[in-house]
Amino acid sequence: MARLIRTEKEVEGRFEEVWLVVDEDALEQWPAGPRDIVGRPASRVTGPLRARGEARYTADLRLPGMLHAAVLRSPHAYARVKGISFERALAAPGVRAAIGPGEANMLTDEPGFQGQPVAAIAADTFGQARAAVELVDVDWEIREPLLDPEEAVRRGQLVSEPDRYERGDVDKALAEADVVVEAEYRTQTVLHSSFETHQSICEWRGDSLDIYISTQFIWGVRDEVASKLELPPDKVRVVCEFMGGGFGSKNGAGDHTYVAAELARRTGRPVRCMLTRREENLAAGNRNSTIQRLTAAARSDGTLVALAGEYVNATGWDGWPAPTDGPMKMLYDCENVRTVLSPAKINTPPMKAFRAPGFVEGTFGLECLLDELAAKLKVDPLELRKLNYAHSADDRPFSSKNLMECYKRAEPHWQRRDEVRARSEGPWKRGVGLASQIWYGGGGPPSYAWVRLGSDGRATVVTAMQDIGTGTATTMTQIAAEELGLPLERVDLVLGDSARGPYASISAGSSTTPSMGPAVRSAAADAARQIIEIAAQRYDKEERILSLQGGNVVSTDGDSWPIEEVLGLLEDAQILGKGARGPNPTGMQVLTFGVQVAEVAVDVETGEIRVERVAAIHDVGRVINPLGASSQVEGGIIQGIGHTLSEDRLLDPATGITLNQTLDAYRLPTIADVPEIVTELLDIPDEHLTNLGSKGLGEPPIVPTAAAIANAIRDATGADVRSLPISREEMLRALREAEAKRKEKHGAAATV
Amino acid sequence: MQVPELTINGQRHSVDGPVGQTLAETLRDELGLTGTKIACAEGHCGACTVLLDGVPVYSCITLVHTVGDREVTTIEGLREHPLVEAFVRTDALQCGFCTPGQIVSASALVESNPHPSSEEIRHAMAGNLCRCGTYPKIEEAISTWQG
Repeated sequence: MARLIRTEKEVEGRFEEVWLVVDEDALEQWPAGPRDIVGRPASRVTGPLRARGEARYTADLRLPGMLHAAVLRSPHAYARVKGISFERALAAPGVRAAIGPGEANMLTDEPGFQGQPVAAIAADTFGQARAAVELVDVDWEIREPLLDPEEAVRRGQLVSEPDRYERGDVDKALAEADVVVEAEYRTQTVLHSSFETHQSICEWRGDSLDIYISTQFIWGVRDEVASKLELPPDKVRVVCEFMGGGFGSKNGAGDHTYVAAELARRTGRPVRCMLTRREENLAAGNRNSTIQRLTAAARSDGTLVALAGEYVNATGWDGWPAPTDGPMKMLYDCENVRTVLSPAKINTPPMKAFRAPGFVEGTFGLECLLDELAAKLKVDPLELRKLNYAHSADDRPFSSKNLMECYKRAEPHWQRRDEVRARSEGPWKRGVGLASQIWYGGGGPPSYAWVRLGSDGRATVVTAMQDIGTGTATTMTQIAAEELGLPLERVDLVLGDSARGPYASISAGSSTTPSMGPAVRSAAADAARQIIEIAAQRYDKEERILSLQGGNVVSTDGDSWPIEEVLGLLEDAQILGKGARGPNPTGMQVLTFGVQVAEVAVDVETGEIRVERVAAIHDVGRVINPLGASSQVEGGIIQGIGHTLSEDRLLDPATGITLNQTLDAYRLPTIADVPEIVTELLDIPDEHLTNLGSKGLGEPPIVPTAAAIANAIRDATGADVRSLPISREEMLRALREAEAKRKEKHGAAATV
Repeated sequence: MQVPELTINGQRHSVDGPVGQTLAETLRDELGLTGTKIACAEGHCGACTVLLDGVPVYSCITLVHTVGDREVTTIEGLREHPLVEAFVRTDALQCGFCTPGQIVSASALVESNPHPSSEEIRHAMAGNLCRCGTYPKIEEAISTWQG
């Protein structure tokens, strides 16, 4: 039954209080542990299509009569269009239409970053469109860009008011503490680098708009475009069958969609607008850089008494304040915490959510600081974390938290450190470091699914969600198969089309599985109930003694019939089950937890760093597909290694022009950079969360990786690395600084 | 200029593309062989990898008029290769956009070296990037490609 509740909605750390219509979640959770299908490894259901090159991505679609758009993006970080002429462009071969500032949403004559869209051309081929963009004559007034985030904060130029938080009395606690550590940490700008670039094809059909788009949120694009173009939402259809990666950058419609929609309207033909890789590196979003001035204070027994952080996010020309301060507020039991976060508005490309936005950056600072504190206290870093274990956050209990069990499981990996250090030889020094993880991942309502069965004995799950590569199509299929007692190969899944399935969650914030999974189970249970009703009548049994198992209707009195025998009675009739995601537990924090232990080798002569092993232990509730889950963990850690060691979006400090716009100059990890990765998932269902007890896993694995590696480097070399990426230059600088400190210490001792 | 004739996956095709057209554009836009993906279009990532006479090349920086009589093999010609099953079985793909290129590169490796070591796999596959980070499973797929 549907009911109306007042509840808190969370996406990637952003909360809002909303009225919500939700359905009851009447199903009881399955017992913990692997079942017939759920909890057992399954290769992904879309794997063969993707591997064989048969999966049709947005990039592969070709509509009849389709034109190609190219976008004129500002070559300047800050400028004004004094005049613009399309005369030469419109005369170029193949050109069909041109639009300029104000003629489509997001086209501007006052760009505030290099890459901001100004105008666009539609032509018969992509090459013609790009060539014509070069012929658009723009009279620019070039302005002085503001690129320094700290200067922006001094000037009060922010994208939103500073976020201030305080509990307890930090100043008093600092004054009374036995040990205080202070340090400044910096993280760099990182690019999502999705392999399928941002792109859409728009086609008007009468007063309806079809949008084929590479997106993480079919329904969000529908609502956003409908609102911006003043269309009824049901006049906008959004399709995304296969999707080539997003990592947070594809939550919105994007300038390409508005450009394609307007050019399609003007030409009466479908229009594709696809970003090139170089545009992608400018205008598709980024993980913003940060500056973090952090303080931790403790009593001599290791009890944390105060944490304080001043955070500056280099948010860019637009965007939102990613919660870099989140881990400091939530990870430890500390009475006195004060944070201030300033999102600087500068002339750089806007940030977008990127796999645990804010928490990746903030965990690097906080968890390195904790190790610096542990060193000063002469306390084991793992013990220090256990000692300050949090049982609630802001007095709200956790729906489930098994971080202590993660710490326990980390011990064998942590105990390898004497053996690892002993393997140091010559210039290669080895060490071990760890870091904890906290992040969201509970999902929430609404989300819906339908399940259809026919006389062929097969089930089809229908829902208009997207699978962005995380494997959710597979987990949903497993959940439906489990509930229906059918083998996995007899369940299909139809997704990716807002006109042909019910509303489904965004694929961001580690929310698809915890949002969609319970809806799919509930729809399958509705269908299963109907199968049992039919079987009870056909075989003259009481419904309560019948269940679906292993492809059969099974009676507790020993009888059993194949499901297809029962379904065969349907002929052209169908069983239609429907299900909805129930509410989240009231008054509780639904969070994910974990710890990673990294082993590194550092060449102290050249500054080369090799990550040799990462053990990842995470608590994300019930695991649906251990195989896909291990892939998610590995992928998160590998992106984390890129973030820690090699990736860095570089700007010319004078002009604000992005210097590395290619996948050659922007250095992603390769297969040769990958360490041994050991994945352990606790697989303990969250008893308060939905009919599954599952949380999301997309983001947690990337959260602690940078800090674990930096702490391992400190363990190996004694050098404090506080700035990402830890390039060879940064490593050598930190080594020189450590050497100078050592000499100063010895020098001081000698003069006494 | 003469219209080039290409042999692709064992079939002959006349290709009437302008000078300067890349092999990747020809495959995808002229012939509808969209299994070959373009992710960077400038020879940096490997998503567009195809074989020319068995040698992996980046089709996005190979001009179609330079292919000549070399046999082109794309993912569409390798669909029955055991590597496809191995990639699926070991979960060596996530979003899957780089996967056809990965499999094409891997097919050249196992053709010349059926039992590659970890080091050899990492060397041969370093030119195929994967942003989802499926590398450990790609290594597993290639080491166990014969089942």
